[in-house]
Amino acid sequence: MAEPDTVLALEARGLTKRFARDDTVVFALDDITFQARRGALTALVGPDGAGKTTLLRLAACLMRADEGSIFVLGMDAATQRQAIQDRISYMPQRFGLYEDLSVQENLDLYADLHGVSHEQRAERYARLLEMTGLGPFRTRLAGKLSGGMKQKLGLACTLVRSPELLLLDEPTVGVDPLSRRELWEIVVDLVERDGLSVVVSTSYMDEAERCSHVVVLHEGRVLTRGAPDEIKQGARGHTFIATSTIPQTARALQAALIDTPEVVDAVPRGGKVRAVIREQRPIELPNVGFESVEAGLEDGLMMLLHRQASTRSASAAMLDLAPERRNAGPEIVIDVHDAVRKFGDFIAVNRTSFSVRRGEVFGLLGPNGAGKTTTFRMLCGLLPATSGKLHVAGVDLRKARAAARQNIGYVAQKFSLYGDLTIRENLEFFAGAYGLRNARKRERVEWALENFDLREHASDAAGTLPGGFQRRLAMAAALLHEPQILFLDEPTSGADPLARREFWRRITSLAEQGTTIVVTTHFMEEAEYCDRIMIQDAGTMLALGTPEEVRAQASAGGAVVDTMEDAFIAIVELARQKAERSGAAA
Amino acid sequence: MSAESLSASEHRRGVSKQRLVALIRKEARQLVRDKSNVMVGLFLPLLLILLFGYGLSFDVRDAPVALVTEDPSPTAQNVLAGFYLSPYFAPVPLVSLNQAIDLMRAGDVDAIVYLRSDFSRNLARGDAVVQVLLHGTDPNRARALEAFAQGAIAQWSAKRIAAGEMNRAAPPITIESRQWFNEANNSRFFLVPGLVVVIMTLNGALLTSLVMAREWERGTLEALFVTPVNSTEIVIAKLVPYFVVGLGGLVLCLLSAKFLFFVPIRGSLALIVFTSMIYLLVSLGLGLLISAALKNQFLACQVALIVSFLPALMLSGFIFDLHSVPSVIRAISRVLPATYYVEALQTLFLAGNVAPLLVRDIAALSVVAVILLVAARANTRKELA
Repeated sequence: MAEPDTVLALEARGLTKRFARDDTVVFALDDITFQARRGALTALVGPDGAGKTTLLRLAACLMRADEGSIFVLGMDAATQRQAIQDRISYMPQRFGLYEDLSVQENLDLYADLHGVSHEQRAERYARLLEMTGLGPFRTRLAGKLSGGMKQKLGLACTLVRSPELLLLDEPTVGVDPLSRRELWEIVVDLVERDGLSVVVSTSYMDEAERCSHVVVLHEGRVLTRGAPDEIKQGARGHTFIATSTIPQTARALQAALIDTPEVVDAVPRGGKVRAVIREQRPIELPNVGFESVEAGLEDGLMMLLHRQASTRSASAAMLDLAPERRNAGPEIVIDVHDAVRKFGDFIAVNRTSFSVRRGEVFGLLGPNGAGKTTTFRMLCGLLPATSGKLHVAGVDLRKARAAARQNIGYVAQKFSLYGDLTIRENLEFFAGAYGLRNARKRERVEWALENFDLREHASDAAGTLPGGFQRRLAMAAALLHEPQILFLDEPTSGADPLARREFWRRITSLAEQGTTIVVTTHFMEEAEYCDRIMIQDAGTMLALGTPEEVRAQASAGGAVVDTMEDAFIAIVELARQKAERSGAAA
Repeated sequence: MSAESLSASEHRRGVSKQRLVALIRKEARQLVRDKSNVMVGLFLPLLLILLFGYGLSFDVRDAPVALVTEDPSPTAQNVLAGFYLSPYFAPVPLVSLNQAIDLMRAGDVDAIVYLRSDFSRNLARGDAVVQVLLHGTDPNRARALEAFAQGAIAQWSAKRIAAGEMNRAAPPITIESRQWFNEANNSRFFLVPGLVVVIMTLNGALLTSLVMAREWERGTLEALFVTPVNSTEIVIAKLVPYFVVGLGGLVLCLLSAKFLFFVPIRGSLALIVFTSMIYLLVSLGLGLLISAALKNQFLACQVALIVSFLPALMLSGFIFDLHSVPSVIRAISRVLPATYYVEALQTLFLAGNVAPLLVRDIAALSVVAVILLVAARANTRKELA
């Protein structure tokens, strides 16, 4: 066997890690081989369950490989654990901040554990606090920081000394776009200025695109690896922007494209649709024009995934609602006027007004703590408003919250079904809970098994199935009673790109058949699927309109707005500056 | 260097003072800031002291006792006079033993004191017999009643001797009635030392059963592991602050024993504190071991209650006298560290420094403490499952 290469930050050779789950053996990692260079930024990309965390834990010597080996800074993780741990820093996905210690106390703890001298500390702290913007919050308890600030503090704790290799496990999960951008600026700066070696795992393609080397993991195997440009290569000439020549929403065009067998991938972008086509030429489609564009990392990946035999097409993900349920009820199904929700002195939602029409897909966007969840809970009748009017499905929520609930379906962010029950038992239970009986109940359960592709695993315990099945089951359970309105909280968080396409295909078909959709998401580009979106920050509504209108509002402030994420950041930053100015003036 | 020697050198790496101090400071801060620790560490001992101290008592008062005299002579009546005067008894005078037996069977009396028709005659001859029949369903109560009955009769003898009516050298009724270590038969005297045991157990095992599991659940260990810190440092840092809290509980117990319940402290206070410290290490070690092995706060807390607190309460001799339990239970109690601590404390409080007994108890506790702490350390591997 060749000697480990010391110019490599990380090297895996045939790395395999198995876990025993119940009676079966699950391969978390299956024969992984890759290299990460020193002084460079390497990304491990993949959806939840791809094996990213296991791989990083093996590199941090927190687990032992079953087969193969992993070399960290030229040292074998199997034998030189402490030597490796002395030279690397590792930030787990849920970074172990001590929430009852202050920012400074957390930093001190890690500085002491790493034996950082007091002189080094003064210099180091100054830079870290400046970098993370945590300076003004040194005495605040870590538990009282926002999600983005917590992640930045976690990063600062791993950087109290200069590690030779920094391992970051999904540092931006659950972090709002603003903090996400700031975190990445810090990491890129460390690599470029200090020559730090960084290996970062992520499920965001735009983050992977900023790395010099990308390792794409899929179900415990390396799908592909190389520079982002090399991976994009596969989609070069296949990527187009499709424009409809007739009045049609981007979502409708996207659905039409993704249902076409020659189309590998289609996503709405800026009012148009970005499509990856199997051949290197546009397809013939009535009323659609194609224009060739530069391929992106995600396009390249979709080409690769498409070649895999196991992948299913998103076009299968259509839903059929019973005809009598279509186009029923009044035109405006959600009407919110001056809604306020206070918790003590804290105003979680401040004077918010909007309405949603039947069959509309309405997106709620905002950083953590913006008031999305509170708004959501008020609309679902789970939380009464402090003041203001809320009408949902024609029912005044102040008077008849229970009646409103019969007309809505709710999919929580976390899997909130029963893990010990089988898929069928879960569906039967929820059907019963919604008051469905006998033939009607059987019929709806069969409908759910069929439309959500769950039949194959109907008698498996829900808790043992992969995340994708659980997400589909949760959505199926919420639709059993054929609600007029479906609420979904972060439905695509942690899902792989294919599952996300499938999800949105279902949403499109639901909306076409008259079901109103209200959805929160932290994938800003997914806002493009929405008819209208609302952006909230610090409890206040900042923008409301179609994605087009919101982009226009953002660029009116002078910012360059290419993507929905740019628009979001511009709008939130502008509002915060305004708030600071008026605060300073007062 | 081979793989073996490398991993061995990892283990040999010494404990760093800087890291240890940093970790202890962290634990202490967390302990103080978490309100639930204050509740378990200080409020719970106080509650237990008051509850057990005032609420739980095995004292016998106004126990119904059948007094059966087949001998109508004034002497016989005099012998029994003590029962009428005693606050411990509510006498039921009867003339037939059968009647008394019926009452006893029905549970209406707790004991029968029986003087046969030839009592006076035998007394004059110097071999009188007073038969005391006890309702044995509650051995503690029976034993107390037996002692009181003996006391009541002894009182009469003493008076007679004092009056010169009886020969001191050969009293007609020989009664061994002195109850060792607890003349007043105040159950608090032996309950309070037992209470100290229960509180030390609860404080140690329950608090620490949460601490390692909490770090596992919150994911804080994952980041901590990838630092130069070693497992020994983690375990020691967890022990120190909770040891201090445990000592606080001990002080609370000792103060209440002395000033609230007026329990005599006949042995050395220093020895009481020393033994308690060793026992504290036992319960802290047990809590840490449970916590490190189970990695789940709820589960660890339940297990800690079942394997430490309940046995300490039920099987250590604190409430139920180990002499009156089946041999299987006694065998189990002999492997419980709490049993040795109860024995040591009751000895130190009520009897004084009885060297051989204490040496045995302290040695037993020390061995268990070392085993548990080593096991807790072994279960704190810097590795994720």
